[in-house]
Amino acid sequence: MKIVVLMKRVPDLVEDLEVDGSGKALATEHLKLTVNEFDDHALEEGLLLKETSGGELTVVALDAADVDKMLFTALAKGADRVLKITGAANVEGNTGLAAVFEEVLSAQEHDLILTGVQAADDRDGQLGPIVAALLDVPCVEVVTQVEVGEPGEGMVTVHKEYSGGVVAELEISLPAVLGIQAARQSPRYAPVSKVRQIQQSATIETLAGAGESSGAAAGGGSGFSVVEMTAPETGAGAQMLAGVDELMAVLEAKGVV
Amino acid sequence: MANDVLVVAEHLKGELGEITFELLGIGKTLAAALGGQCVVALIGGNDGMVTALGAAERVVRVDGEGLSDFDPDSHGDALLAVYEAVDPRVVLVGYTSMGMDLASNLATRAGVPHAASCIALVEAGENIHATAQLYGGKLNVTSDLGGGRCVASVLAGSGAVEAGKAEGAPATESVAAPAGRGRVRFKRLIEPEAGDVDITAKEVLVAIGRGIGSKDDIEVAEELAEELDGAVAGSRPLIDSGWLPKTRQVGKSGLKVSPKLYLALGVSGAPEHIEGMKSSATIVAVNTDKQAPIFNYAHYGLVEDLFDVCEELTEAIQEKKG
Ligand SMILES: Cc1cc2nc3c(=O)[nH]c(=O)nc-3n(C[C@H](O)[C@H](O)[C@H](O)COP(=O)(O)OP(=O)(O)OC[C@H]3O[C@@H](n4cnc5c(N)ncnc54)[C@H](O)[C@@H]3O)c2cc1C
Ligand SMILES: Nc1ncnc2c1ncn2[C@@H]1O[C@H](COP(=O)(O)O)[C@@H](O)[C@H]1O
Repeated sequence: MKIVVLMKRVPDLVEDLEVDGSGKALATEHLKLTVNEFDDHALEEGLLLKETSGGELTVVALDAADVDKMLFTALAKGADRVLKITGAANVEGNTGLAAVFEEVLSAQEHDLILTGVQAADDRDGQLGPIVAALLDVPCVEVVTQVEVGEPGEGMVTVHKEYSGGVVAELEISLPAVLGIQAARQSPRYAPVSKVRQIQQSATIETLAGAGESSGAAAGGGSGFSVVEMTAPETGAGAQMLAGVDELMAVLEAKGVV
Repeated sequence: MANDVLVVAEHLKGELGEITFELLGIGKTLAAALGGQCVVALIGGNDGMVTALGAAERVVRVDGEGLSDFDPDSHGDALLAVYEAVDPRVVLVGYTSMGMDLASNLATRAGVPHAASCIALVEAGENIHATAQLYGGKLNVTSDLGGGRCVASVLAGSGAVEAGKAEGAPATESVAAPAGRGRVRFKRLIEPEAGDVDITAKEVLVAIGRGIGSKDDIEVAEELAEELDGAVAGSRPLIDSGWLPKTRQVGKSGLKVSPKLYLALGVSGAPEHIEGMKSSATIVAVNTDKQAPIFNYAHYGLVEDLFDVCEELTEAIQEKKG
């Protein structure tokens, strides 16, 4: 089975995030990026599938700051190939990006394309379902478990989560795109020494993406523009307390203690 | 292109989800502003649902074999058929597990943009402006969706359920179900295991997030919960790590709770968590990050280390009890 995992880095949400001078975008100075946590889960689920059912796992990412480190780490964890798409830095929006991915994926053998369920840095559609629609394959989001059917059946059985802990079991014919919410186990850790070692020996394959010349890049924007980006007024409605004494007073007043 | 707003109804186990009524409330206001109608797409529903959709002006139904349970493929095809029949200006979908399967699929196939994770939609002259939450709720972005057609997926809790609730007999029509492609097959629903504490029935919840750091440290929260006669609940990462059972998860894919006191310790307040607890009577948040979005929803906040607060509070309560 050929498994492809799409991964990207996003701003670390634990850090302070500020709006830049234009009032329309995130200030990128001092910005700390980290691998999108759901992509780490997608990779983990992919690795587990490969371990139980065999096959080849390829991680695909767009060229961006520090993306090499993410890709070497994926190799250290057990990915077979890593692929970096260059020349697509100016492609705007998920619709444009999806066209780039569609082109790249069409040229790669793939049975299962795994993405993270979401990335917290954009809101112009969801990449996985757009890619699936372009490739005309089914897509299921919010997946927490994937099981591969018997060889030759060409299908997987997945768990899709609804609210209240209710889960739907769905059978999906391959090829398909799955948006992974959580892998069956916490994503594995790759020791720094192993990543360094891989960095010496392994290579990252590069592929020129559609780039500026393609129609995807030219007309592929999301179709809407940012009016403003703002930080919600932190604690606007909250009364900030100075310590546990004040908290005790609140709890007493509410009749909780 | 008409100026209608098409609301995609969502149902599970034969019942409409609350998100449907939230969308209806938002859709009615938007349709009125645009000078169009609010139309509901009901795929695989039943007659009872139509009666409950009285707030809509029209209901367009698609029924057929295999549509009563959700599968992304056949519901996606059915929705596209409704979209083509109605030709609406705006489509509103829940930014829910089902909605995430439908919204971008429809937008891509219909060739219109999709604004995801919206919390507000307003008409601005000829155009529509959508506000979405980004970066785990730390920043909001307002986008101009233009004057053409668009799809918007809306986070649960963005509208009032009551605004979309009315019994009635809206005009109904049917669209034929497209031939099934059989690529996705619904097998069954799996209910969560019962037996653990029912966090929805507790008056006090001590909710812990990733700030707790390790499984062993959950003990301090357990102790505090016991003193408060409450239970420990948690954010998704703790459940995914196996530190707490699934029955303790609050949020979008967990449970919806509204206790008398919700004490959030080391929870950042991502939109998916907020969805499950924002109606709690009193929310107290403890977080070392003063920018944590949880403070935007809390009634009281402490920018402090949760372990200090836990320890001191447990002691203070014990002292009071004598
Ligand atoms: C489809 C979907 C469904 C989801 N469903 C849910 C759901 O049902 N429930 C849910 O919770 N999430 C859900 N999520 C995940 C959600 O997006 C967030 O990832 C999650 O809520 C974050 O959990 P957290 O606040 O515990 O962790 P983080 O966001 O990592 O926050 C940890 C917080 O702890 C603080 N902290 C660290 N150390 C300390 C300390 N010593 N003292 C005090 N504070 C400290 C940090 O400042 C930070 O704010 C869902 C996501 C998706 C995409
Ligand atoms: N630029 C990108 N490079 C690689 N993968 C991406 C990129 N953008 C989105 N993805 C994948 O699509 C998922 C959903 O992203 P989004 O639709 O932006 O919320 C992510 O979790 C990734 O797996």
